[in-house]
Amino acid sequence: MLKINDLHASVEDKKILKGIDLEVNAGEVHAIMGPNGSGKSTLASVIAGKEEFEIKKGSIALNGEDLEDLAPEERAHKGIFLSFQYPVEIPGVTVTNFMKTAINESRKARGLEDMPANQMLKLIREKSELLEIDRRFLSRSLNEGFSGGEKKRNEIFQMAMMEPKLAILDETDSGLDIDALRIVANGVNKLRGKENAIIVITHYQRLLEYIVPDFVHVLHDGKIVKSGDKELALELEEKGYDWIKQETVV
Amino acid sequence: MDLKEKLLSSFLAFENNVDLDHPVHDIRSEAIKNFELKGFPNKKEEAWKYTSLNSLQKGDFSIFPKQESALDYKDVKKYFVHEIDTYKIVFIDGIYSSYLSETTHDGVDVCLMSAALTKPQYKQIIDVYFNKIASKEESLTTLNTAFSKEGAYIYIPKNKAPRKPIQILHLATGNEASLMLQPRNLIIAEGNSELQVIERHQSLTENEVFTNSVTEIFAAKDAIVDYYKVQNDAETASLIDNTYISQKDHSVVRVHTFSFGGKLTRNNLNFYQNGERIDSTLKGVTILGEKQHVDHHTLVHHAQPNCESHQDYKGIFGERSTGVFNGKIIVDKIAQKTNAFQQNNNILISDKATVNTKPQLEIFADDVRCSHGCTIGQLDEEALFYLQSRGIPKKEAVALLMYAFANNVLQSVRIPELKSRINTLIANKLGVRVGFDL
Repeated sequence: MLKINDLHASVEDKKILKGIDLEVNAGEVHAIMGPNGSGKSTLASVIAGKEEFEIKKGSIALNGEDLEDLAPEERAHKGIFLSFQYPVEIPGVTVTNFMKTAINESRKARGLEDMPANQMLKLIREKSELLEIDRRFLSRSLNEGFSGGEKKRNEIFQMAMMEPKLAILDETDSGLDIDALRIVANGVNKLRGKENAIIVITHYQRLLEYIVPDFVHVLHDGKIVKSGDKELALELEEKGYDWIKQETVV
Repeated sequence: MDLKEKLLSSFLAFENNVDLDHPVHDIRSEAIKNFELKGFPNKKEEAWKYTSLNSLQKGDFSIFPKQESALDYKDVKKYFVHEIDTYKIVFIDGIYSSYLSETTHDGVDVCLMSAALTKPQYKQIIDVYFNKIASKEESLTTLNTAFSKEGAYIYIPKNKAPRKPIQILHLATGNEASLMLQPRNLIIAEGNSELQVIERHQSLTENEVFTNSVTEIFAAKDAIVDYYKVQNDAETASLIDNTYISQKDHSVVRVHTFSFGGKLTRNNLNFYQNGERIDSTLKGVTILGEKQHVDHHTLVHHAQPNCESHQDYKGIFGERSTGVFNGKIIVDKIAQKTNAFQQNNNILISDKATVNTKPQLEIFADDVRCSHGCTIGQLDEEALFYLQSRGIPKKEAVALLMYAFANNVLQSVRIPELKSRINTLIANKLGVRVGFDL
């Protein structure tokens, strides 16, 4: 599904990604771990199409189609979803109106009519129940005054609404207490299927107890320095990132 | 002949058509003297530093239309908030159109300035209110005063409220190659009365129109006045709006100004608080493109204790448009416990657009709360990326952020149909379809 080949990316001439190779197939869950500043969030943003990052070398392809020249919204229309580490507050636009606009714009891009209002409401009800979101929450301004946990739950609610082919969860566990973590992980797991893939970016192993990955990659200094199965995450938890750093130096 | 000379000589012709013995004519005569002395303001004056009237003064404007014009309602319907029942005071090229209007004398007076200035039954009120708060120094106001003859006259007696909102609409047909209009409005809300007014100036062709308008509003004790200015005129229309508001104890006056079009717009909005526990609200949304120019000059004069004022102006500037916000707040020594809030936020969506924003606070009391903030920025790139990553195309995402940005100002619009109109105007202005109303 996703094929990243020798990807180098920079922001304002500062090299952040220095040669990433990654292949993610439908039905798989990949975890990307690594110390702060290793390039995890940059990788997520580059896949989603954030313009401030420049691809210097290499390629990203989704189902064989090169993504480099596609705007973020075009990538979204092709099924890429990024759950933000820091969701942006947008006062004056309610969660419901935001979702209506997002869903209908994506439908328009695929040549479909607007989703009928009753169907939209049904979908919103169904997905908000899945994430145990209070109905009143949906008429609040997007992310404005939300707690850290509410913001993350709202991200996964949006993911559930959009039903992406490839979801990238950027530090979705940060700021979550154990109950919220369980709800969010449960939501994500319900969306797992043979047709879609998930990349979980996390600093800690904790989230991976709930969303069990098929593959774990360790990112350090803009490169994937180690890949393995879920056991690698446990090993990291035990030995810390210094172990990887030392190994890389050696 | 430049415009000033033309106006001065036209005043002689004007005098042939008004009652020279009426006391109002003494006021006119004083006013034309002031205009003759001062002329049009120029950029050397601090208050006009960023707004030039030079090109307007070169225009060969007709001061009085040569012929009366009629218009079909269906051709101008869209300029009315026609979704709701309203009183209407409509002028075509400055001349009252009884056909398009709906006035009343049923408990309240919603009628014409020309009647108020000439008929004996209004004389007492005219003596008390006419030209009492409009400046006798500011040259453009005095120019209007000199030619004051027609406009809207609204009188709401004690404890009354008109059954419906009032629309004041000025239409220009383009029958003159270039036309100057000087409407004069007088609005009096007596104790505990309430009214809502929507005002609009609309040129129907590409022919040039220059409007120099003066409105005096008196809100007595406990009165509530909502005044909405819809400024979305043609690219060749310029407007100088001078509005003077006097408020007494416990009154509430809210003025919303929506500036989306026109060549040059200058809003001089002046609030004088002459009582206690007064609430004054000044809000504006400005969205400009091309080479449009809008200048908001506000003044709130807190002259008594325990009053509040709330100013919130949002501006979005594209292409080569220019904006000015100058917000002056005066708090007299006696006006303790004043709460004055002022905010002006601007977004530049083109690197050729410019904004000049300046708070001007003159505070002589020591126990007051005054807060002010001016910002000029670009669109939040992070927010834009967030919306785009959810499949919302850049153009629509920009519009959505604009909506969000302007939303605070729209929230206090108390006529839902007008609010929805403004939403549509914003969407049209930004060239997008949005999936919902705010």
